This record gives sequence, C-alpha cells and structure tokens, in this order.
Amino acid sequence: MRSIEARGLTKEFKVYQSRSGLTGAFRDLFNRQYRTIRAVNGIDLTIEPGEIVGYIGENGAGKSTTIKMLTGILEPTGGCLRVNGYDPHREREEFVRTIGVVFGQRSQLWWDIAVKESFRLLKKLYRLSGEGYRQHLDRLVEVLEIGPFLDQPVRKLSLGQRMRCELAAALLHQPRLLFLDEPTIGLDVLVKENIRRFLKQVNAEYGTTILLTTHDLSDIEALCSRVVMLDKGNIIYDGDLERLRTQWGDGRRLILELKEEVPSFVLNEKTRGLSVKWEGEGTRYTARLEKGTTVSDVLSRLVPAVAVQELKIEEATTEDIVRRIYREGAAHA
Amino acid sequence: MLNTYLELIRIRFLMMLAYRVNYYSGMIIYSLNIGVYYFLWMAIYGENSTVNGTTAVQMATYVAVAWMSRAFYFNNLDREIAEEIRDGTVAVQLIRPYHYLLVKCFQGLGEGLFRLLLFSVPGLVIVSLVFPIHLPTDAGRWLGFVISLIFAFVINSQINVLTGLMAFFILNNTGLIRAKRVLVDLLSGLIIPIHFFPEWAGRVLSYLPFQGISYVPSTILSRGLPMEELFRYLGIQLLWGILLWIPIQLLWMTARRRLIVQGG
Ligand SMILES: Nc1ncnc2c1ncn2[C@@H]1O[C@H](COP(=O)(O)OP(=O)(O)O)[C@@H](O)[C@H]1O
Ligand SMILES: [Mg+2]
Repeated sequence: MRSIEARGLTKEFKVYQSRSGLTGAFRDLFNRQYRTIRAVNGIDLTIEPGEIVGYIGENGAGKSTTIKMLTGILEPTGGCLRVNGYDPHREREEFVRTIGVVFGQRSQLWWDIAVKESFRLLKKLYRLSGEGYRQHLDRLVEVLEIGPFLDQPVRKLSLGQRMRCELAAALLHQPRLLFLDEPTIGLDVLVKENIRRFLKQVNAEYGTTILLTTHDLSDIEALCSRVVMLDKGNIIYDGDLERLRTQWGDGRRLILELKEEVPSFVLNEKTRGLSVKWEGEGTRYTARLEKGTTVSDVLSRLVPAVAVQELKIEEATTEDIVRRIYREGAAHA
Repeated sequence: MLNTYLELIRIRFLMMLAYRVNYYSGMIIYSLNIGVYYFLWMAIYGENSTVNGTTAVQMATYVAVAWMSRAFYFNNLDREIAEEIRDGTVAVQLIRPYHYLLVKCFQGLGEGLFRLLLFSVPGLVIVSLVFPIHLPTDAGRWLGFVISLIFAFVINSQINVLTGLMAFFILNNTGLIRAKRVLVDLLSGLIIPIHFFPEWAGRVLSYLPFQGISYVPSTILSRGLPMEELFRYLGIQLLWGILLWIPIQLLWMTARRRLIVQGG
C-alpha cells in the first residue's frame, strides 16, 4: 500500500469581499461577493512507504494547504486522495491514528499543563500501553534530549524545547507517516541538527515515511532524497535532489577582484558570445556562468585585457538553484 | 474510550488548579450573588410568608441551590470554541482521534466537577448555616435533583457549543456570546423562578430548552415536585438534550466543510 496517493488533488478557497459603507454592508447581507483562490491546482503525488520527501515552494505556493488536505483537516475541492489507505477527511478518526503531524507555527500540546501530562493524555487517546510504549517513550526522551523539562508547562518552554516535545508527541503512537510543516522555523543551528539527526534515525529504524515542508533548504539537503516543488498550486518539479542540481545547477559563479577599476561594459564586451551574466562594479565583479560555459572560457578571454588580482569559484547552492527556478518559473522545469 | 475522557477531566482539574486565582474570585462573585438575591427576595416577600404558592424559606433555598448549581453547569465552552476557531487551533484538534466537541464538553465537565466539589458542596453547607434555608432529607428528591442537574449541564453545554460554533459563520461573535449569557441567566429561571413570570411568558418558556438549565433542578430541590411532574420535567430535559444535538451536528458538519484555518 502506498503512503500517499493523490490524483488531481485540488483545493479552492472562497474569499469573501466586503463592500464599503453602510449600504455596502447591507448589500453584503444578501449577496456577498467572493473571489475563488485555487490554492492547490490538481496535483498528482505518489509517495511510497519509507521515503523522505521535501515539499518546497515559495510563501503562498500551497504547501500548508496540501498538508491540511493530506491530514484530513481540510476537505479537498476535487481529486482523489488516499493516505495510508484511508480517505483522510471521511475516515478522519481512524485515519489520524496512523499519522503524526507537527505544525511548526502552532502547538499541539496542551499549553497550560506539564509536557508529561500531555504525553499521558496522548497515551490514553491512542490506547498505548505496556512495555513497548515505555521503551519507545524513553527512547524519544533520550534522543530528543527533553528529559529535563518534562515537568514544565509548555508555555514556559523555549521554541526549540517545545518543538522537540512536539516531535515526541507526534511520534508517541509510532505512526507510519509523519507530516512536518516547517518544523525547523525559527530554531537555532544546534537544535536543527538534533532534529534532522532524529528524523533520519526514525526513518531508518521504523521505516516511517516523512513529508516535510521547509524554507530551509539545508533541511532538504540533509534529509531528503526526493524533492517536490510547488509553484502557485502546481507541482513544477518532482524528483531527486541530484537531478535538480544537474538540471538547474549549471550556474557556477566566478568572483573576481581586479587590480584596477574597469567599467562593466568592457567585461561584457570581452565575453560576448558566452553565456555569462556580470554583476558588480569597479574592481569587484561576479560572473554567473550558464549553459555549459566554463571558467577557463571566461578567463582566457579576460586575462589578456584586464589584470585580475584574485579569483574565487563558487558552486551554485541548492538555495541559488531553487531561487532561480522560482524566478524563472515553471516554464523551464 | 471512557478512559480518555476521564483523563481529559483530570487534566482540566489540573488546569483549574493552575489558575486558582480565577477560582477564588469566582467564589466571591457567587457568594455575593447569593447574598444579593436572598435579600432582594426577602424584601419582596416583606410581611408575606407565601408568594405565588412559594414560601420565603423555599425561595431562599431556591436562590442558594440555583446559584450553587450554576457553579456546576456553567462553563465558557462558547468562548473557548469561538477563540479556537478564530485562532485556528481547531484545525490542530482535528488531527487527534477524538470528537472535538465531545472533548470540549468533557473539559467543561471537568471544570464543573471542580467547582462542584471545591465550591458548591462546601458553599451550600455554609449557606445553610448562615441563611434560613431548608434542604430536603429524602433521598428520592436528591436523586431527582442530581439527574436533573446532569441534564442541566448537558443542555447548557449544548447551547454554549452552538453559540461558539457560530464563530465559523460570524467570525466576531463576542457580542452574541455576551447576549446569550444574559439571556440564559434570565430565561432559565436563575434570577426569577419561572412560575413568577406572567402566565403567557411562562407558557412560552415551557417550550424552550432554558428552563431545563436552572428552574427544573432548583425547583426539585427547593420546593419538591409531585412524582408525576418530576418525571415529566426530566423527560422534557432529556428530550432537549437529544434534540439539541441535531443542530450541533449539522452546524459542525457544515463548519468542517468550510473550515477556514487562519495562518500557517
Ligand atoms: N483559509 C484560507 N482562506 C483563503 N485563502 C487561503 C486560506 N488558506 C490559504 N489560503 C491561500 O492559499 C494559498 C496557499 O496558502 P498556503 O497553503 O498556506 O501556502 P504555503 O504554506 O505554501 O505558504 C495562499 O494564496 C493563501 O493566501
Ligand atoms: Mg505554509
């Protein structure tokens, strides 16, 4: 059985608009005007058990809306959806027993009571018991290093502490599938590291399927073999990270420091015919090399004409690549 | 499953303990209300020992019992649900394997039991020492009262849930919530027993669910009702308890379909 299988999954929101003034308000009572926003536009997505998939896209691309449909919170406007073999919205109460969810921007623990009381409640809720549960809990507490603040109410925890507790809470019932919506938002590097290590472990040990959205591409690099990229509700890339790099990552950068100031048109002139974009002015320039242009192509043209003080070559980071895809849009993908 | 709901009650207990100060101030307000309404009614009675077939002692008992019962059936489910809808927490609740509204009701029950045990019961004992009230000693009447009080809790919670769910449709329903609170206190017979209302008003109220919240349980304990009437009233309460689930379910189902999750 597949973890996630979506065909033509669509979500539309009606956004009501209010007319201005008193008469406007009166007219709104009887005939409200609305605009339809298609947040997710007929996407196809299949995820096999055991995969870790990064779900990325700009703000407002529709990532959270997708997650909310996949977790049964929102009812899809259209399309077919099976998650862990269930229809998430219709069979919600049974379905949610098989998944774990963490929303980075929202707590699922009970705010005013100690963390361990929350765990106790979840234990009852998911009817967990026995030695297996104890061991699993001890393990979570140890790996996530949350032992010291189990006795504190959630509202007194720092964001990083809270997020680790949220993760433990989402995994208490050993779900087959874990959804993470921006789990590392606002966390410092050490905590991020800890969480990534933990997720890898969970995936390797229990075979838990993970779907995570994030703004931090280093999360994706550290965790995911597969990336799904969303743009304005459409999937524009679905494949492994390597292919994304080779397909889009031909944008090496050459950073130059010149001995004396040279106007940029001279550089443009010298490299005419090559796919190079120059940025900068005076003595500092960055050349973006595209479409197979090599560093030596550029240098062999430049060196006879301008005196180079220092040069540095930079590989495009995933960040650069993704930013470029966003900028240039779906047309190229 | 019951286990889960008991756990929810326990957790609400813990939360109430964490916010003890609210509880102390609540106690003072209830005590003041009992005092104020006691003296008000005694002023109305003046020289008369009976008004409308109710003796002064029965009236005093009614006031004490009605307010002590309110400490049990009262809860803020309307405000809590509306808030959770507004800030989007309700979405997060949907990833848990339980019925959101049922969980809310059990939290309300936890709160009610807390006040019942720590406030109403000792409070009623103290009041019975201070004011000349008369509580029955026969077990049957107490049993009737307890059953009726449970129904009262159910009906009041249902009305709160309905009001709270309105936030799905009118995002700012604080006005509605406030109006509802005043209306329930008045129409339930908490402030004026329903048989003191003009006849036409009493007849209208007998077709509404509110009397089941305060008038029925308080009357059973303070005046007592003939067996036949007692069963009729309990039946009416039960009927409302069932009927009110229908609009709640309808509202909840529509709401879930057009659920708007604010933020994130
Ligand atoms: N409840 C809602 N009502 C109306 N529009 C919404 C609602 N939720 C999200 N949207 C819109 O849908 C689009 C996708 O939002 P979202 O899924 O939150 O994006 P992401 O998580 O990728 O940043 C955005 O344009 C957003 O404004
Ligand atoms: Mg989002």
